[in-house]
Amino acid sequence: MDSQDKIIRKKDLSLLQKMYIPEILKGLRMTIRQMFKPTFTSQYPEERFKPESSFRGRPVLVAENGVERCVACGLCARVCPALAIEVQASETELEKERYPIKFEINMVRCIFCGFCEEVCPEEAIVMSNEYLLAFSSQQEALFGKEKLLKSTEELKDRLEYLRNHR
Amino acid sequence: MTKITIDGKELEVDPKLTVIQAAAQNGIHIPHFCWHPKLSVAGNCRICLVEVERMPKLVIACATQVAEGMVVKTKSEKVVKARNSVMEFLLINHPLDCPICDEAGECKLQDYAYKYSIGTSRFQEDKVHKPKRVELGPHVLLDVERCIMCSRCIRFSEEIAHQSALTFTERGTHVVLTTFPGTQLDNPYSMNVVDICPVGALTSRDFRFKARVWEMSSTDSICVGCARGCNTHVWVRNNEILRLTPRKNEEVNSNWMCDDGRLNSFKSVASEKRLNGPLIRKDGVKVEVGWDEAISKVVSELRTYRKHEIAGIASAYATNEDNYIFTRFIKEVIGSKNIGFLSHGQSGSEDDLLIRADKTPNSLGALSVGAAGENKTVGIDHILKGISDGTIKVLYVLEDNIAADPKIAEVLKNLEMLVVHSSVRNETTAKADIVLSASTFAEKHGTMTNFNGRVQRIQPAVAMIEQERAMDGMAMSRWDKFAAQNDSWGKGTKRDARSSWRIIAAVASAMGGKMKYATAEEVFKEMAERLPAFKGLSYTKVGTKGANLKEIKPVTANK
Repeated sequence: MDSQDKIIRKKDLSLLQKMYIPEILKGLRMTIRQMFKPTFTSQYPEERFKPESSFRGRPVLVAENGVERCVACGLCARVCPALAIEVQASETELEKERYPIKFEINMVRCIFCGFCEEVCPEEAIVMSNEYLLAFSSQQEALFGKEKLLKSTEELKDRLEYLRNHR
Repeated sequence: MTKITIDGKELEVDPKLTVIQAAAQNGIHIPHFCWHPKLSVAGNCRICLVEVERMPKLVIACATQVAEGMVVKTKSEKVVKARNSVMEFLLINHPLDCPICDEAGECKLQDYAYKYSIGTSRFQEDKVHKPKRVELGPHVLLDVERCIMCSRCIRFSEEIAHQSALTFTERGTHVVLTTFPGTQLDNPYSMNVVDICPVGALTSRDFRFKARVWEMSSTDSICVGCARGCNTHVWVRNNEILRLTPRKNEEVNSNWMCDDGRLNSFKSVASEKRLNGPLIRKDGVKVEVGWDEAISKVVSELRTYRKHEIAGIASAYATNEDNYIFTRFIKEVIGSKNIGFLSHGQSGSEDDLLIRADKTPNSLGALSVGAAGENKTVGIDHILKGISDGTIKVLYVLEDNIAADPKIAEVLKNLEMLVVHSSVRNETTAKADIVLSASTFAEKHGTMTNFNGRVQRIQPAVAMIEQERAMDGMAMSRWDKFAAQNDSWGKGTKRDARSSWRIIAAVASAMGGKMKYATAEEVFKEMAERLPAFKGLSYTKVGTKGANLKEIKPVTANK
């Protein structure tokens, strides 16, 4: 026989391991022990998982006193690696001068990387804790301002998290 | 010549130059805000400070003349430190509103902040607040907070546009740029101050907040607003032209262009009156038809008449290629001598900077390709006469709204058949029996000849229905590159239009003429072979800056 046909083991088994039965018992012990511990399984979709504030769910626009913070600078659109964001700016009478007349995120394109949140100079786009995203058509996946705007109260956890961890 | 050394590089330069000019000529970049090659030296921004050996202090490169044996250092530790300080000073009261500012992305202050500043500020006090959204004139808006007091706009208005409109008031950090009481920045070149403003203090009211600069693609082209043919960049996003900016060409327009050309010359491209595909009159009503049907209709109609009953009117608005193919078509394929073009004459205003009275971009071009009548007179009187007395029954009009003149419109009523190339609905298309939708200057390749006999290229910036930006080698933004079919963006309107030379060549081929060209460049190649004025020219030779015609014949208008 050639030397290359020889099976090389990384680790030689001990006698106990070679006997097989003790190892099985060891495994069973672990299984039985778990049976008496509390369960982790949640009954989705009846039970919903509530993510931590560090979770990156779908990106949303922050509305402060009913007005979006966004000034339509387009940096999120520029940085988005999946080109999911489209922004069209326009002029407003407000002090910020500029606002997005159109802000659209294509949720089919979005990869939840959070770059938009990171690049935003106004803390106007943040990752929410929403993860329920199922669509029956591509049109449905286009989220305009009406679906994206969330009040600061709703996003309190995330905004706090960002302040503390950035 | 004077010998100087800049950054260890020994140079021989003109003794009249300043250090910054000498450096620029030799590819050494010295940062500058207030200095502009076309304006007088102000020397107030201080960012161009350089070290000159044996001079006790740093000097400003823009106002220091070169001298024999001068040794200049632009990157020494002392200079770098001084630049950092200047940047820190300039940024003290500059608002950090780049996300809102239209200049972001093409802002000198932003660029220099990356290149020449340390990135931090020691200034902790409140910034000075100044007026925002000040209307300086009909086209320009001022944000005084962003202004760094370089005075380029003031110098431009006085030295180039010859209007004393702008000045500084107040002192120190409270300096405010303003117009003189009772004055507006309303000279015909006012929008150039937007281009030369190194920050976003002066913005265009037309382009304000329309797009970020990095979202657009830019195509080298020329302005078709008058016979000057200023070189331009055409900025396009989503297949829509958003702005024109001047492109430097010392032979034509220097660094400038007029407001009228900048604002209005491209508006017809996306006009509400824009035609979308050919139209044929059927039972008195115009119906949209396909190109094949339209072209075969033109062919069958033209065949029913004798050659001297057909006349053609070329156009001072069309490209050289279009006019050349049209002229060949009328003269050689149809065999008619009835050809001319309407010179729109010296009707408009004129000045000694750029604006020409002739508001057509190509009247000399139409003449140089032989689109004039028998004794080389410009005008269409001989054709109109023929129409009036009934000897001419069919008229083929290339890209010119001749019926805008009510007198001509009256004459056109005698025609049996009117074929019109046009990009928009107008008085002439209303009278036409067959309308062939022609692409505009922004959608095709071609050349135009300006009043000086300079042949300049236009290039497609907006895609037509049959075009793909990538396949046709057009300038592309990131959006254009990556848009998929299901993206709502990157799907700008594509219109159904064709270059006139292509339509005419198709008609001519169907009538038995030998006209087979794949591109406008091939047409131009033939022109260079056949027309003495174009001899030796090619698209490569014309390039982005143009080339002069061999012989220049001035256009004399008799109409």
